[in-house]
Amino acid sequence: MTTDLPGDLKYTLEHEWLSDGSPATVGITSVAAEALGDVVYLELPAVGETVTAGTVIGEIESTKSVSELFSPVTGTVVEVNTAAVDDPSVVNADPFGAGWLLKVDVTEAGPLLTAEEYAAHAAV
Amino acid sequence: MTEPRLSPLHDEHVALGASLTDFAGWQMPLRYGSDVAEHTAVRTAAGLFDLSHMGELWVHGTGAGDALDRALVGNLSALAPGRARYTMICQEDGGVLDDLVVYRLADDEHGAVYLVVANASNVAVVRGALAERFAGRADVTLTDRSDETALVAVQGPRAEEVVAGLVDDAADADAVRALRYYAAVPARVAGLDALVARTGYTGEDGFELFVPAGDAPALWRALLAAGAPHGLVPAGLSARDSLRLEAGMPLYGNELDTTTAPHDAGLGRVVKLDKVDADGAPLPFVGRAALDARAHSAPARTLVGLQGLSRRAARHGYPVVTSGGAVVGTVTSGAPSPTLGFPVAMAYVTPEVSAEGTELAVDVRGRHEPVRVVPLPFYRRPR
Repeated sequence: MTTDLPGDLKYTLEHEWLSDGSPATVGITSVAAEALGDVVYLELPAVGETVTAGTVIGEIESTKSVSELFSPVTGTVVEVNTAAVDDPSVVNADPFGAGWLLKVDVTEAGPLLTAEEYAAHAAV
Repeated sequence: MTEPRLSPLHDEHVALGASLTDFAGWQMPLRYGSDVAEHTAVRTAAGLFDLSHMGELWVHGTGAGDALDRALVGNLSALAPGRARYTMICQEDGGVLDDLVVYRLADDEHGAVYLVVANASNVAVVRGALAERFAGRADVTLTDRSDETALVAVQGPRAEEVVAGLVDDAADADAVRALRYYAAVPARVAGLDALVARTGYTGEDGFELFVPAGDAPALWRALLAAGAPHGLVPAGLSARDSLRLEAGMPLYGNELDTTTAPHDAGLGRVVKLDKVDADGAPLPFVGRAALDARAHSAPARTLVGLQGLSRRAARHGYPVVTSGGAVVGTVTSGAPSPTLGFPVAMAYVTPEVSAEGTELAVDVRGRHEPVRVVPLPFYRRPR
C-alpha cells in the first residue's frame, strides 16, 4: 500500500493532486494509478482551454478500466505533459513526478485536502 | 456481506504483493505488478495463474456418460478417456446456465469418470442442475470437490518446457510433452500428484494442473522457481481477461448468460442435435426443443468482433450505433488490446450490421467512436 504521499501537495476526493502556486501542476495520485493498473491512454484538455473545478476534463484509460480526470481548480491550461500522452506508463512509474498531467493558471481553487486528510479518505 | 473466500494460494499472492479483487465471492489476485507486463509475458514466455476459484464436479458411474449427454448440450459419452470437451449446460428454453470444460478420465471399477469444470460464479447452479437432472438414477454419482481442489494454469509458448521439466518420471514427462490440446493425463509434477491438462483461456499453448488444495502452495512455488529462467511470471485476473478477449473467448456474464443461446455467441457447434439413444432415436437433453428451433431459425442478434479505429476503448454495456445514431447492439467486453495496440471489443449486434468490414460506432461515454466489424479471434498465436 502507498503511504508516501508528498506533504507539499494538495489532494482531491477524486484522487488528483495539485502543487501550490500558479501555474499549478496537476496529476493523479499513486493510489489512483495503482487502482487503475497500467495506464495505456490519456485524454487531456488542450493548452488554452479553460477548466472548472470539479468538472471532468479528461480520461485515464487502462486495460482493465477507465476513470475520469476532474479538475481540482478553475483556470486556464498552460501546458500538458506530451511525454506522458506519448508514453502513459510514466503515470504508473512516477505519478507525483514525471507522470504529471497538466499545468493550470489558477483563478480559483476547488475544495482541496491535505496529504493527511487525503490519506484518511483513501485509507492508505 | 459474506466474507470472500480465500484461495489455498492466498498467502502466496500476499507474499508476492498482489493487488487482490473480489471475484465471484472469492478474493483473487487482480495483478501482481504491471497487468500489461503479465499479459505480454503470457504471449511471449509464460504466465502462472491461480484458478482455484473454479468449480470441480466429479460425475462417476456406469451411467455417467449417458447422464451427461442428457444434462448437457454436448456428446460426452463419445469422449475417449484422457480427452476433454468445451460444452455448455442450458435451461429448457436454451439459455446458457454455464459454459464448461468436461474431462473424461480413465474408467475405474465403478464405471466412467468425468470431471466437470464450472465457472466460480456458477458452481452452485451447475451442481444443483446436475443433481436435479441425475435424480432417480442409481448408475451415476455427483461429487463437488471444488473446496478440496486447487487449479493452477501455466500458459504461454514456454509452458511445455516449464511443466514437463518438473515431471520427475521420464515417461510421464514425455506424455506431458506429447499431450494434445484438450487432453489430460495424471502425472507427478514437482513430486505432487496432479492431473495435467492441455487447456487454457489465453489463446496460447498451455496447461492447467489440478491438485489437492493442500499441495497447491508447493506446486505454485515449484512452477514459479522453475519458470523464472524461462520468463514465467505470476499473472492475475486482469491479464486473464485481456488475454481471453484477444483470443475471442466468451466470458460467462459478458458474452453468455441465461438469456443467450449458444448459437447467439457463434457457438452453435457445441450443441449436438445428432445425439441418439441406444435405439438410434434422438436423445432427449435439457434444452433440446428450444435449441433445435434456434438452430433452424434466423438469429435476432449475433456476436461480432469490433476493432476500434480511435484510441478510446468500448467497454461492457456500451451501445453500438450506426453512423445515423441508431442503436444496433451492445458491447459485451472491450479493452485496449495490449498485443495489437488498438481497442478491441465483442458485441451483440443485429444481423444486418454483422458483416465483416461494416463500419459502426460505439457510444463511449457520450462520444461516438468509430469501429469496424472484424472476424474473431482478434489474436491467433503463431504456430
